[in-house]
Amino acid sequence: MEKQTVLYETHKAMGGKMVPFGGWDMPLHYGSQLEEHHQVRRDAGMFDVSHMTVVDLKGPQAKPYLRYLLANDVDKLKTTGKALYSCMLNEQGGVVDDLIVYYLSDDWFRMVVNAGTTEKDLAWLEKQTTGYDLTITPRRDLAMIAVQGPNARTKALSRMSETLQKAGAELKPFNAIMDGDWFLARTGYTGEDGFEIMLPGDQAESFWKSLTDAGVAPCGLGARDTLRLEAGMNLYGVDMDEETSPLESGLGWAVSWEPEDRDFIGRSVLQAQRSDPEKQRFIGLVLTGRGVLRNHLKLFDGDEPIGEITSGGFAPTLERSIAFARVKSGIGETCEVEIRGKRVSAQVVKPPFVRHGESQLG
Amino acid sequence: MSDTPKELRYAKSHEWLRDEGDGTATIGISEHAQELLGDLVFVDLPEVGAKVEAGSDCAVVESVKAASDVYSPVTGEVIEVNESLDDAPETINENAFGNGWMFKVKLDDAGELDSLLDADAYDALVAEEGY
Repeated sequence: MEKQTVLYETHKAMGGKMVPFGGWDMPLHYGSQLEEHHQVRRDAGMFDVSHMTVVDLKGPQAKPYLRYLLANDVDKLKTTGKALYSCMLNEQGGVVDDLIVYYLSDDWFRMVVNAGTTEKDLAWLEKQTTGYDLTITPRRDLAMIAVQGPNARTKALSRMSETLQKAGAELKPFNAIMDGDWFLARTGYTGEDGFEIMLPGDQAESFWKSLTDAGVAPCGLGARDTLRLEAGMNLYGVDMDEETSPLESGLGWAVSWEPEDRDFIGRSVLQAQRSDPEKQRFIGLVLTGRGVLRNHLKLFDGDEPIGEITSGGFAPTLERSIAFARVKSGIGETCEVEIRGKRVSAQVVKPPFVRHGESQLG
Repeated sequence: MSDTPKELRYAKSHEWLRDEGDGTATIGISEHAQELLGDLVFVDLPEVGAKVEAGSDCAVVESVKAASDVYSPVTGEVIEVNESLDDAPETINENAFGNGWMFKVKLDDAGELDSLLDADAYDALVAEEGY
């Protein structure tokens, strides 16, 4: 039996086609995945992301604990509400999960982890607490709604408390503010402006309906996936997992090497890999021939197999097919993809493919 | 009341076929099939002149979600394909039984049509599959 978010009945009533995802029954779309994608690129759409888990880390040693736990360095976070993207690694440098962590005070951090990895993550977090004075609390009482698109902030703010409206209008990207149990962050997973909003579960339905009245379109997991792919954002379990390091997953930018004496889990393995010229690369692909790039399709340079697509699909904004792939070092500007036994050519590009509604392809 | 056209025949694999009465037939995928697939973004059609066999895959439709094979309901030679689908695969979503047709076949054996389902039998199949 899959779990249901507090918005489950609302999704069904609004025509959501429910599918299992990460242990939860979630809306795939409410009619047309393509329309929902365009709605976010052109106006404003909303996603129920309550299946993801909010975790509070409180205690005098929350900060040193996180500096050991995460590949990115929470010491970069100096102001209340500031957010940081990071991977959480195992000793082998593989990715246990990717997450966003918010600094709320020196003894209070908040992170958001993936739905499908929640139980594993919580066990991992507990396991690493030895010697650190802090408490770890999953906030199952909170729902989370992402409102994304060029008009998302204006439309969402009009439906919030006066406190949040005022402070929210001034909020900088990758920052958050709180008002009681409401938490408003200018973050997202679509490549558009917008908010991710945590709120008490019992207020989620009325807020969702209020956003609907403000002209924000409900969007499902389908559009969420094509939006994040276009935006060049990795999906855990597909683009990286416990067997791959951030350096082989296009996430080297989220590893903080300085200061050198900061020990974090996986650091020694990562350090060795960093200087390895043979390490695999993570690239973007745009299909130049006909077809659609899909997860696990094989890539070739002539007869030589050079790698595999990690996630691919049709990019509605570009009206072409795009993908992420993990390949051997030394790939050129083009390669071939095997689609149903036929070779189709693809161009190698650097993600993102789309930002703020605009194609990033030359 | 079902909207499944009475004048068409259906395959269990969710293709429809229209008997043109001159030894040829027009083939597409059903309204039910397009609904399951979701927004279509790519169609790979057979070559004109290709031989197709009943029950064998001869075309592909890809939605935002996944790729799906299309099976020829009959044996024969492909005499025409709906090239407009190359640029507008969504036509199948909009009008699966009409402008969304995929290819036409010159039948080897018109008797094969008798083995296909009529609209009522096809509706019963869809109901049975629990959609």
